[in-house]
Amino acid sequence: MKLSEYPKDGRFGPYGGRYVPEILVPALEELEVAYEELKEDPSFKAELGELLRDFAGRPSPLYFAGNLTRHAGGAKIYLKREDLIHGGAHKLNNALGQALLAKRMGKRRLIAETGAGQHGTATAIAGAVLGLRTEIYMGALDAQRQRMNLFRMELLGAKVHLVESGSRTLKDAINEALRDWATRVRDTHYLVGSVVGPHPFPMIVRDFQSVIGHEVREQVLAREGRLPDLLVACVGGGSNAIGTFFPFSDDPGVGFLGVEGGGDGVRGSAPLSQGEVGVLHGMRTYLLQDEWGQIAETYSIAAGLDYPGVGPEHALYRDLGRAEYVAVTDRQAVEGFRLLSRLEGIIPALESAHAVYAAVARARELGPGGIVVVTLSGRGDKDLETVYGL
Amino acid sequence: MGCERIAEAFARLRGRGEGALLVYLVAGDPSPERSLDFLRAAARGGADLLELGLPFSDPVADGPTIQAAGLRALKAGTTPETTLELAALLRQDTDIPILIMSYYNPILRMGEEIFCRRAAACGVDGLIVPDLPPEEAAPLAHAAEEEGLALTFLATPETGEERLRAIAQRTQGFLYLVGRYGTTGARGSLAPETIPLIRRVRALLPDGMPLAVGFGLSRPQHVRGVIAAGADGAVVGSSLVEKVAQGASPEGLSALVGELKGATRS
Repeated sequence: MKLSEYPKDGRFGPYGGRYVPEILVPALEELEVAYEELKEDPSFKAELGELLRDFAGRPSPLYFAGNLTRHAGGAKIYLKREDLIHGGAHKLNNALGQALLAKRMGKRRLIAETGAGQHGTATAIAGAVLGLRTEIYMGALDAQRQRMNLFRMELLGAKVHLVESGSRTLKDAINEALRDWATRVRDTHYLVGSVVGPHPFPMIVRDFQSVIGHEVREQVLAREGRLPDLLVACVGGGSNAIGTFFPFSDDPGVGFLGVEGGGDGVRGSAPLSQGEVGVLHGMRTYLLQDEWGQIAETYSIAAGLDYPGVGPEHALYRDLGRAEYVAVTDRQAVEGFRLLSRLEGIIPALESAHAVYAAVARARELGPGGIVVVTLSGRGDKDLETVYGL
Repeated sequence: MGCERIAEAFARLRGRGEGALLVYLVAGDPSPERSLDFLRAAARGGADLLELGLPFSDPVADGPTIQAAGLRALKAGTTPETTLELAALLRQDTDIPILIMSYYNPILRMGEEIFCRRAAACGVDGLIVPDLPPEEAAPLAHAAEEEGLALTFLATPETGEERLRAIAQRTQGFLYLVGRYGTTGARGSLAPETIPLIRRVRALLPDGMPLAVGFGLSRPQHVRGVIAAGADGAVVGSSLVEKVAQGASPEGLSALVGELKGATRS
């Protein structure tokens, strides 16, 4: 079976599925039906296309990073500039798509989880422009380290709920959003922010994020006349990575490198590199967990990577060897952050800085003549306090 | 044992014209030792079935009370193994059915077959897994069947007629009806949807299939209300877990269970 044909029956090989409380099953079935209908609907596609172009700023540029390429001394490095999308990250691609879907389904209220605050901000933006009430769940610890995004969401009209349970980070925000959804499933759409959760979310989010990879394909062909050798992206839940990889999934010559948060070397958030298979948040996938199946408290300097699970499609790619996954530590990510700022005049999100660091090493290994594309998933203004607080 | 013990319990109560009181407590809350005292007290007080909650780090179907209890139990060192040991100790004192209510991941982690074998050996009669709808349940259902354990499924206010019939076919022991939208947690009154929902579901269920209603029930009048509407059993959890958190004694808990049990007879 071709990789582009997944999911089949809601699964990516053995991963994915729909492990949720019974009360949510009908809503997921309804969402799947509505999505399958609307994704082919010309008026839906036209409306989303216009929003992506005129409001979000697509297509985003593919930038040849000459200085970084010279620094690495190997393959050419291109940056896919999702940091230039409205809101400052790739998250808006999915938020606009799902918000429009929710509106067509007659839902009046959006809820979302957020880690770094980028997805919460994107959802707040989409809710504002499409006239939907928006409420965001954010771990209290994340809110402390991402105060500016908290203010942005409130300014955009979203109500932000700080989550004090568990590790007070992204996984707990997802738990709380799922509880909210079980309470108000009739009038509410849960706008899941990554390629995680129960089917059909990993598929829907992937499809909406695939605009990244489709543009890369066109842009790199126009520029180089051939496909790249390697695509590099950071992986928290994995939406910018799968959005980049998926349109190339049936091109065996294009390698994929997913970069997870290695944390401080003791604690990290790299389930594909260090985890084991389990079930959390509606999906079967790789998880960081203890010997009894209790979910681990994760850590990464990048709030957007600080999650114990990962999208089920990545779990499949890992098992098949279609993508390689590595962990980059906090310290290395900050090195990537400073490097790109200094050499290219681009301050990357700390999440994306993980990918930058790994890409430089790979470009060197690939050598001259190779082509590497790094997805710069977001901009780093939000991270200045974190980096200077080190 | 297993499925039969649950079926017999409901049949016996039905013969007496009583409803069943199902009591939920979190295993290991506030500590494994004291938890056993509370579980014994619940059985003594008149619980007809016991649901033993297996503490999990990410309980998405639970409200704040049971979340906090699970956290206390985990901090006190409770593991799935501890939960099974508590069931075994409880089994030495009582013949009433014991069910384990657990999220799926701890079961998956131990291995479905090992978990079911251990549970059956500890005198557990059934499993309720709130994040495992029937579509995903085949491996666990198979393992449970091998050991004679009931795997009980849930229905909710969102469950339509066709799906309800399918769930009723698959569930064992009884059908667990989530009586309201949202998560577990004590409320002052029944939700407006609860009573009409019970009538609708009862009418669609085969006669021999017991129906137990939970989520949001806390007072004797709630128990009386759902039984009068056609339920065979009422599940009370959070309000009792809350009493444990507030420092109630086992005797105090037993008395409360007695009052709730009284409401199944009127």
